[in-house]
Amino acid sequence: MDDFLNILGSVFSAGTFNEMLRRATPVALAAIGGSLTEHAGIMNIGMDGMILMGAFFGVLGSALMSSAWGGIGMVLVLGVLVGLFFALFVVKFRSDEFIIGCALNTFALGLTTYLSRAIFGTSGAKGYPSLPTVDIPFLDSIPFLGEVLNHHSLFVYLTWLLVFVLWVFIYKTPYGFWLRASGEKPDTLRTAGIDPDKMKWIASVLCGILCGLAGAHLSLGYLNGTFAENMSNSRGYIAFACVIFGAANPSKAYLAALMFGFFDAIGLRLQDYVSSDLTGIIPYAITIIMMVYVVIRGQQKKKHAAKRLPDPAGKT
Amino acid sequence: MQELAVQFKHISMEFPGVLANDDVSLDIRRGEVFALVGENGAGKTTLMNILYGINEPTDGEVYIGGKKVEHFSPKNAISLGVGMVHQHFMLVPSFTVAQNIVMSKEPRKLGFLFDNKAAEQKTRELVDNYGLVVDSSAVVQEISVGLQQRVEILKTLYRGADILILDEPTAVLTPQETDELFAVIRRVVKEHGMTVIIITHKLYEVMAISDRVGVMRKGRLIGVADTCDMDEKKLASMMVGRPVLYDRLEKTGVPGEERIKVEDLHVLDNRGLPAVDGLSLSVRAGEVLGIAAIEGNGQSELLEAITGMRPIENGEISICGQSIRGKDPGEIRQLGLAHIPEDRLATGVSRDASVTDNLIVGRHREKAFNRFGFHQRTSTIERYAQQVYDNFDIRGAGLEVNVGSMSGGNMQKVVVAREFSFDTPVLIIAQPTRGVDVGAIEFIHSRIIEKRNAGCAILLCSADLDEVFRLSDRIITMYEGHITGHFKASEISKEEIGYYMTGDRSGEEAVYEK
Repeated sequence: MDDFLNILGSVFSAGTFNEMLRRATPVALAAIGGSLTEHAGIMNIGMDGMILMGAFFGVLGSALMSSAWGGIGMVLVLGVLVGLFFALFVVKFRSDEFIIGCALNTFALGLTTYLSRAIFGTSGAKGYPSLPTVDIPFLDSIPFLGEVLNHHSLFVYLTWLLVFVLWVFIYKTPYGFWLRASGEKPDTLRTAGIDPDKMKWIASVLCGILCGLAGAHLSLGYLNGTFAENMSNSRGYIAFACVIFGAANPSKAYLAALMFGFFDAIGLRLQDYVSSDLTGIIPYAITIIMMVYVVIRGQQKKKHAAKRLPDPAGKT
Repeated sequence: MQELAVQFKHISMEFPGVLANDDVSLDIRRGEVFALVGENGAGKTTLMNILYGINEPTDGEVYIGGKKVEHFSPKNAISLGVGMVHQHFMLVPSFTVAQNIVMSKEPRKLGFLFDNKAAEQKTRELVDNYGLVVDSSAVVQEISVGLQQRVEILKTLYRGADILILDEPTAVLTPQETDELFAVIRRVVKEHGMTVIIITHKLYEVMAISDRVGVMRKGRLIGVADTCDMDEKKLASMMVGRPVLYDRLEKTGVPGEERIKVEDLHVLDNRGLPAVDGLSLSVRAGEVLGIAAIEGNGQSELLEAITGMRPIENGEISICGQSIRGKDPGEIRQLGLAHIPEDRLATGVSRDASVTDNLIVGRHREKAFNRFGFHQRTSTIERYAQQVYDNFDIRGAGLEVNVGSMSGGNMQKVVVAREFSFDTPVLIIAQPTRGVDVGAIEFIHSRIIEKRNAGCAILLCSADLDEVFRLSDRIITMYEGHITGHFKASEISKEEIGYYMTGDRSGEEAVYEK
């Protein structure tokens, strides 16, 4: 019994929640980027590769310019390029987005692994300048909450801001309406005199930047400037699951990412008691459960909507 | 001479392999209702897409309000006062009416925020101005097609259009909704001085609404005339290029024994909701039973159930006295049924297969075409296909081309030819002439009546009421999976039947009971 209480205590400690925020952030950044492409009608399976490249080029920039901000600058440029590359094939050439996404992922893994070994040697990149953590003095005086919310990488706070900004962008500005129309019914936008492809390009590029930042958070956020092979570790796919789970609403996708972060953090705590191989699967198992929930809820909604429909002529 | 709203000067439009418009010159006067008619593929929509800036003509000039159009884009056309209501509505289903109407010219707060209140306010002002009543905050996917069309019209008005193009606006409407639309058209023309161009191939609508009419055929403008100088027969022969005999079809013989019997049938739709709800009917040899219903009232599901493509929840269907329970579509065909499906592209033909293959589908295993159970007798099949091809007057580039490359009318003829050549005692026919031109309609109709006179039991379902009236001996109306009326075709008018198509009228006196 005591053991059990011990476990509970460590699982629900401030440290866990602190860890949750930190671990949720890269997934959340990618997920809000993915919300944009999702609204634009693009199934973006390539986020994992975008994150991985962001992680590597963040460290590379940091190493080359001896400054984490240099790394961030490089990531921003890279994010734009990757987004443009993705849009070039998916939007302009109308290739299958699934294939392009997969190609991007495998390409990113190969490229970063190769470059990492060529530049940093087999042991990977370590010890390059990373981003400072943010200390908010008055937060420390609040018990628990202070411990959870304070001393994070800048990205954690930036993500909160971005979630809000993107939520406003998508649901409260005309541009957001155009973005959603470009995914749901592009011809509507075209006949209104706006090029739907333009919205798709913009969404792709923004998604590239956000995924790049997600990667930068992984490599430059806490650990001092480290890159390891396959560092994204499928977070791009988890982010995609969060997009679907949150119905491409950035705030809901953020909550989904938090959930992922929470279980990821728990897994870490439980390692003291259970095999780490077992705890490692928790976040992924949770993802599967989340998806099952989405499917069930979707079907219920469909039935519900069908019953609410007032007029048979509106069934189209 | 009235002021000109639009001038087309020597417009030619070439798509790869097709000359869609061929040297078309046409003037549209301000404040008139101009009807543009023609068979499918005659180039009407292409010409209007040029006016709306979607297509840039290969050759020729367009003047709108006297000004030459320099570059073609919807944006430019909108700024010149052109609005277009497309055949397939251009509305975002998940947005509200107001959000759809203001799209691309949204009212804003602080320069970058969407002002929903102002959008709804503006929508209400438009509604009041033009008398097109619609709820500004309703979500588009939850309102009827007729209302969606109003939203489309309001949208063009919001954008400041004074030239309104309507592309086959009545295809999806009930007769009542069509009347309302026409009233709206008359009002905007009279009270607001708008110019309306309406594309249609329903000739009585041309007569009912337009001031002038232009006829197109094979990309060419054949003629323009004042509507009052024309009649439907003249228009039809201009469209087809030869006289069309829209005479009554000769129906002979008396109904024989019962061939299709449906009893208390219950069928679910794709969402798992009741689509056919306790329906019974019977069709006898030598008669055509027509189903008149607005799309989505269970008629599709009914036909799918009869042909074995949809599971039956409850009830009984028999073909020529034998139950179809537990039988797959192939086995049901063996009972003596052939089927022209409503969506020829999805279930009628295999687009990537040749005409020959499409004509022979379902007969591959017959002895005449097959040796040892696996070897196809190619030359016999080809001879047979050629014969059917000629018999049914299919016009295309021969037997070897892919069906997908043929026009809608000829594709439909392939389906009709195949199904009719089975010589079954029962025919299930859905939308036999959807998207088919006048000449082919005439042909298909006469073939259907031939079958009827030869003693076939035919169940017909069509969105085209004229067709239902022309071919049927008896008509039933369906609403939400029920039969709401049952009539002899000769004893009810189109206007009356619209009433039964739009609601359950049980308790009121039906004109005819079996």
